[in-house]
Amino acid sequence: MKETRQITCIRCPMGCLLTVELTDGAVTKVEGNLCRRGEEYAKMECVHPTRMLTTTVRVSNGAPLPVRSREPLPKDAVFHCMEVLKGVVVTAPVAAGSVIVADICGTGVDMIASTSA
Amino acid sequence: MRYDIAVIGAGVTGSMIARELAKYNLSVVVLEKENDVAMGSSKANSGIVHAGYDARPGTLKARLNVAGCAMMPKVASELGVPYRQNGSLVVAFCDEEMAAVQELYARGRLNGVEHLYVLGREQLFSLEPHLSPAAVGALYAPDAGIVCPYSLTIAAMGNAMDNGVELKRNFPVMSLADRGASFEISSPGETVEAAFVINAAGLYADRVAAMVGDGFFTIRPRRGEYYLFDRSIGNVVRQTVFQAPTAMGKGVLVTPTAHGNLLIGPTAEDIDDKEDKKTTAAGLEKMTLAAAKSVPGLPLNGVITAFTGLRAVGSTGDFIITQSPTHPRLIHAAAIESPGLASSPAIAAYVEAMLQGMGVLTHKRREFNPYRAPIPCPGKMGEDERYSLIAHDPAYGRIVCRCEEISEGEIRDAIRRNPPAADTDGVKRRVRAGMGRCQGGFCLPLVTELLSAELGIPMDQVTKRGPGSEILSGPVK
Amino acid sequence: MKRENRTIHVSLVVVGGGPAGLAAAIRCREQGIEDLLILERGPRLGGILRQCVHSGFGVHKFNEELTGPEYADRYIDRVRELGIPYRCDTMVTDISADHVVTCVSEEHGLTRIKAGAVILAMGCRERSRGAVRIPGTRPAGVYTAGTAQLFVNLKGYMPGKRVVVLGSGDIGLIMARRMRLEGAEVKAVLELMPYSGGLKRNIVQCLEDFDIPLLLSHTVTEIHGENRLTGVTIARVDENLRPIEETKEFIDCDTLLLSVGLIPENELARAAGVELDPVTGGAVVDEHRETSVGGIFSCGNVLHVHDLVDYVSEEAEIAGESAALYLKGELPRRQTVAARAGNGVRYVVPQRISGGGEELRLFFRPDQVCRGAMISVSSGGELLRVRNRRIVTPGEMESIVLKEEELRRVHGDITIEVGLKS
Repeated sequence: MKETRQITCIRCPMGCLLTVELTDGAVTKVEGNLCRRGEEYAKMECVHPTRMLTTTVRVSNGAPLPVRSREPLPKDAVFHCMEVLKGVVVTAPVAAGSVIVADICGTGVDMIASTSA
Repeated sequence: MRYDIAVIGAGVTGSMIARELAKYNLSVVVLEKENDVAMGSSKANSGIVHAGYDARPGTLKARLNVAGCAMMPKVASELGVPYRQNGSLVVAFCDEEMAAVQELYARGRLNGVEHLYVLGREQLFSLEPHLSPAAVGALYAPDAGIVCPYSLTIAAMGNAMDNGVELKRNFPVMSLADRGASFEISSPGETVEAAFVINAAGLYADRVAAMVGDGFFTIRPRRGEYYLFDRSIGNVVRQTVFQAPTAMGKGVLVTPTAHGNLLIGPTAEDIDDKEDKKTTAAGLEKMTLAAAKSVPGLPLNGVITAFTGLRAVGSTGDFIITQSPTHPRLIHAAAIESPGLASSPAIAAYVEAMLQGMGVLTHKRREFNPYRAPIPCPGKMGEDERYSLIAHDPAYGRIVCRCEEISEGEIRDAIRRNPPAADTDGVKRRVRAGMGRCQGGFCLPLVTELLSAELGIPMDQVTKRGPGSEILSGPVK
Repeated sequence: MKRENRTIHVSLVVVGGGPAGLAAAIRCREQGIEDLLILERGPRLGGILRQCVHSGFGVHKFNEELTGPEYADRYIDRVRELGIPYRCDTMVTDISADHVVTCVSEEHGLTRIKAGAVILAMGCRERSRGAVRIPGTRPAGVYTAGTAQLFVNLKGYMPGKRVVVLGSGDIGLIMARRMRLEGAEVKAVLELMPYSGGLKRNIVQCLEDFDIPLLLSHTVTEIHGENRLTGVTIARVDENLRPIEETKEFIDCDTLLLSVGLIPENELARAAGVELDPVTGGAVVDEHRETSVGGIFSCGNVLHVHDLVDYVSEEAEIAGESAALYLKGELPRRQTVAARAGNGVRYVVPQRISGGGEELRLFFRPDQVCRGAMISVSSGGELLRVRNRRIVTPGEMESIVLKEEELRRVHGDITIEVGLKS
């Protein structure tokens, strides 16, 4: 099955409007890019889009704790992860980098503390 | 609860009257519909203590203005409110306008304004070098001054409360009924009784009067839009600069404020809605052009805020300070438009005299204290004094508002002292936290937190100006 | 309060413990200046990065995508490692031309610090509603994006539930996403200009990911609501940026976030008599980031507003190094020429440079979007250097390096221009 998608390349301020052709979920053609990075971006963004998730969690004895995903996680899991993080309450002290939620929503990615609390 | 006297309205008029009544052995309550004092015309006006040349000779306005202007320095000093006798100028830009200046001079003389001079071009520019080169001369009234209108109101009410007067906020008077020996005054939540009532309800004074059938006056709001500039250009003019009246109207003023900012405005637009305090692009543009006639080239990027004030313009053309014709224990103190602020001490004395005439004010309280110490202002102190103050109370060393250099100690004082600040705007009007160039960008979260802690309420119940104006919608999640 | 000496002496005072102040202090210490002191007005070191919980910091500096707190912590850890003294909750109230820094705090009361040199690193503040003069009522619910960010990320409270953002600078875009992630409805982001001032990546990941509309050439013309915001009137603007009457439209919302520009906080610099650049709002500096007042240096957002913290750190390192040289009496003193913004350029930093020395990087901000741009640097009528760029935008700071050989050819003021490649 063929489909075409239009996305904006974010690899540089040029912001090329890419027309991406997908066949059975695989990128078969990229147009509109001025350089190779556009093609790489299109392949990644159309096949397996990921995002870094950053937010805060509640701390029972202090100000909110900034947390982040250790690495980018699947884009479509973002709101599900947010739901899970809403229920998380930690207690200080927390060391920077400590795991707050391991393997969040089965993504294989840990949520870790961005700083100490 | 039954009181001897109830004052309706905690604007500058009601607050000054309340302070005057606090000198007597009486129970006095002030009923205010808003969450704070000085929320109507007293909050948003030019802050000018007029010398008294403007009002028509023989009117109450003329008489009380001249008297009030003379009383203001002492009252302001007793109340610890900054007052600056900076003088005022009515500037003419052509020969016809000089005729208007001469007319004001003559009127001022008739009104009893003692010091009044007509200046030629050269004298004028030696006083105000930044005026438009088109200026030809001016009327100069050195006795005129500037005072912060809400600071004066807050201090007057605070002093009244310190001397036993009670303030009820969020008490909109819905009905006023004469029960013979006393009046019954009701808000949606509460009813109080009072033997005597002073109607100082500002824009709503006609509605309060109508509750007992007094329909002999009406109050119409007159909108005035202003720009307030950063203090860095607060000294463009030293005097308050008015424009000579022309067929087109009274013009707008350019003035320093008591806090060192620069203020331009107001427009003058008669409207019907007593709550319409919005600013408009058209009004501000027109007002800015008009101000440029006096002082050209004011940098608009120095504007820190715009606001609109409503003046309570009465149907009779004069202040209406009189006993109700039908209910003699009710005194109206209404239609207090400009020069109401300048007149306020004299209005209070005038009402005091009326009540004396009615035999109400018999026993003076010996313990009345006319003084109200201002909240300490470490940012304006010398280094030694500031050091000692912080040593005595470290909260004065913790700066919350960076632009105005306001400490946690001052904000705490604003929330604790009479009349206690109950919202973020109330803190701002008392100690200027959030009044500076960043307009609360940095300090609003800290002030919100302090209010939450001092009032013992959650952060999301702290308001900007009373119920319905919550700063936050709720905790995250 | 501790009773102690009210007057202390140090070699260097760094005013501000954000990214600029931290990097400057570290570099200065690494150059052998032992006796320095960082003054920070907030309760912790790190400045505005503390509330920037999103990622994207450090890509240039560390080749990693860090969050704001992580980026700050790298420098804070180094400050601790080096044992650099600092005072938090300390507000500088005055700086004099002869390097006396006056500050107040709960802990120390009022302290006068006599310093050999001063580095200004106070950062910037956001333009407010008053500064952009939006007419209407004055209800609760109108906040700058940074204030909202502080409420959400540091205090754990939401400023509202139905949001319009005015201004598409990065803070506005980041807050649009933050509010959406926390369950608010973000109705639109409006931008007065025909292009966004934010990074492309933020437009995609903060707006497009969440189907938040970006309305270019739009502004808010009126604010509604007596107590809490009830809505805003928006309109498209014409080429002169004036609202077009027929396009006015009401949007129901309880929150308006403003991301309408940043202003360097230079009130203290002004008090010290430092010459300011009317375009940047920051000090006029030479390549050492020394201001017009000898021994007072400036770096970071108080010098000019940066879009990437990585460049703030870099600039601060220059200031820190220069301050160290100054204190050792080794700061080179040469004749300087002006570096000026020519066509297509809004400003250049540093504004003054000396003709000698090794290579030198000039930072500048384009004044419009230009595709197929040619950047040229000339001095005294002679072209020194030309560089082509596929695109330049006002949202991204540009820089160009002059090599030693080119610097030798500097004879008179330097001008940077951006034009179309011919």
